[in-house]
Amino acid sequence: MKTKSTGYRIFSTIVIIILAILFTFPLYWIITGSFKPAKEINAKSPTWWPQTWTLKNYQTLMSKQKAPLWEIEVPFSRYINEDGNPTVVSSGPTVPGAIRWLVNTVFMAVTAMILTCFTSALAGYALAKKRFIGRSIVFTLIVCAMALPKQVILIPLLREMSGLKLYNTIWAVIFPIVGWPFGVFLIKQFAEGVPSEVLEAATIDGASELRTFFQIVFPMIKPGVGALAIFTFINSWNDYFMQLIMLTSTRNLTISLGIAKLQGENATDFGLIMAGAAVAAVPIIIVFLVFQKYFTKGITMGAVKG
Amino acid sequence: MFKRKDGMSRALVRRETIAGYLFMLPSLIFFLMFVIYPMFMCIYTSFFDSTMGRAEDIFIGFKNYIELFQDKIFLGALRNTLVIVLVSVPITCLFSLWVASAIYDMKGWACSLFRCIFYLPVVTGSVAVTVVWKWMFNNYYGIFNYVLKNLGIIEKNINWLGDPQYALGCIILILLTTSVGQPIVLYVSALSNVDQSLVEAAEVDGATRNQCFWRIKIPQIMPTTLYILVITTINSFQCFALIQLLTSGGPNHSTDTIMYYIYYTAFKLYRYGYGNAMGVILMLIIALLSAVQFKFAQTK
Repeated sequence: MKTKSTGYRIFSTIVIIILAILFTFPLYWIITGSFKPAKEINAKSPTWWPQTWTLKNYQTLMSKQKAPLWEIEVPFSRYINEDGNPTVVSSGPTVPGAIRWLVNTVFMAVTAMILTCFTSALAGYALAKKRFIGRSIVFTLIVCAMALPKQVILIPLLREMSGLKLYNTIWAVIFPIVGWPFGVFLIKQFAEGVPSEVLEAATIDGASELRTFFQIVFPMIKPGVGALAIFTFINSWNDYFMQLIMLTSTRNLTISLGIAKLQGENATDFGLIMAGAAVAAVPIIIVFLVFQKYFTKGITMGAVKG
Repeated sequence: MFKRKDGMSRALVRRETIAGYLFMLPSLIFFLMFVIYPMFMCIYTSFFDSTMGRAEDIFIGFKNYIELFQDKIFLGALRNTLVIVLVSVPITCLFSLWVASAIYDMKGWACSLFRCIFYLPVVTGSVAVTVVWKWMFNNYYGIFNYVLKNLGIIEKNINWLGDPQYALGCIILILLTTSVGQPIVLYVSALSNVDQSLVEAAEVDGATRNQCFWRIKIPQIMPTTLYILVITTINSFQCFALIQLLTSGGPNHSTDTIMYYIYYTAFKLYRYGYGNAMGVILMLIIALLSAVQFKFAQTK
């Protein structure tokens, strides 16, 4: 491209670099802040780089609120027991609250990811390739639902979850994520690229619908499913709003929610809060950096014919 | 609607329909139960006086809606929400278009590096981002006051988040940093899909760089722009974590948004019907705006 003059090019590169530094600064401030002693945190003139490094903030974080590492419940036992509490068959050793919150968050994000990918792959394929009656109605419904803000349904959702005895369980956060139709939409865009001749050939050869899906369609839409997986994982990790309204007891919190509660209780202990923020943000940033390529694809694919 | 292809027998149609719905079933269960049903209930309950602890909801017709438009806090929240949307959406679009056009023809690694960096605030998560900004804006220990004072721009420390004059501006600033990531990714991919032969042909005909950009590239990335407008608008309307963690709608409800006020009504006042009426209003506004944006983009 010879169209851009050198002068403009240099100018824009410099501005971009400055902006990039400003955009990375909050993250830099979280991580360095989490290692600063209280003296530096509460100084009138902040230090750009920690003068003394300390782990004290992390130690304080880990000394707060204890919870068992895991609790495995008998499925559906909360519906059978008289008091409405589930029967716990196994609970792990007592660990700091933050560790349990991480376990909860990973469980939530992974489960939401698997369920979303499974349901969306099936439905997206059907929408793209099956000529069934009512297909366009279902599709219109999905597109309309996507354009509406999901947060406005918080009150009915809350009551529904209490009715289903799912309030204050991790499932109350997972199910609405799975129900959100973005994944179906995304996979549909992708599955349209599967050639119909291949599917017809499979049918003529006598392959069952499910076999056609798993052996022929799924390998072809795998990149789309991968993009959706990483997209769902990161978004559900950071879906603070749903977590806030659905989860209450300490042992059920997610890491973002835990940090938000911590901030409410220790509003001025910025070192401690930064340690919490680092624990919440660093794992997901690493996941993002590793799977960046798929993630970018997920975003751009959703926009095609959006 | 469903179109019957020639040669598609009735048996085949039936087979396809059954298979189609069976494939859709797992997804439809979640979609109907946790998206459509609550949406329907949101509209339904908005006509009731529904408060926590009361055994039955009482039908009151449009009373919730009438009360809404006399509620000063709601009108303030509506105003703030519109200010946030009207300021942040155009800035987000223009800023990300500029960044994208500056980075898309850089070397491959540089382009993905910058794309990554501008996406970082989104991945970091609203809670972590908000708590660090809260510290940076802090009256006594914040880096903002320190830097601005050293540069001689301000004389006294400013209580950024505690002053109604500045609080909303601070919220918009943070919102901007967390909302440009996705548009930049989209614009970069749209710009690299622009038909290069058109650009070259125009250059041969003596078009300037600016003409190329506005006359050829902009129309070609119009669909992307429309998509970005819609998602950014929805995102700005949903701005919640920032408000809740930074100011809790304060000082004195001056930074309430509709989303935060719905939350407040449901969890502090326990007035579910009233909150749902606000939800319906929000849905209507967004539907209307999306429709306008579509119309606007089509006529262009």
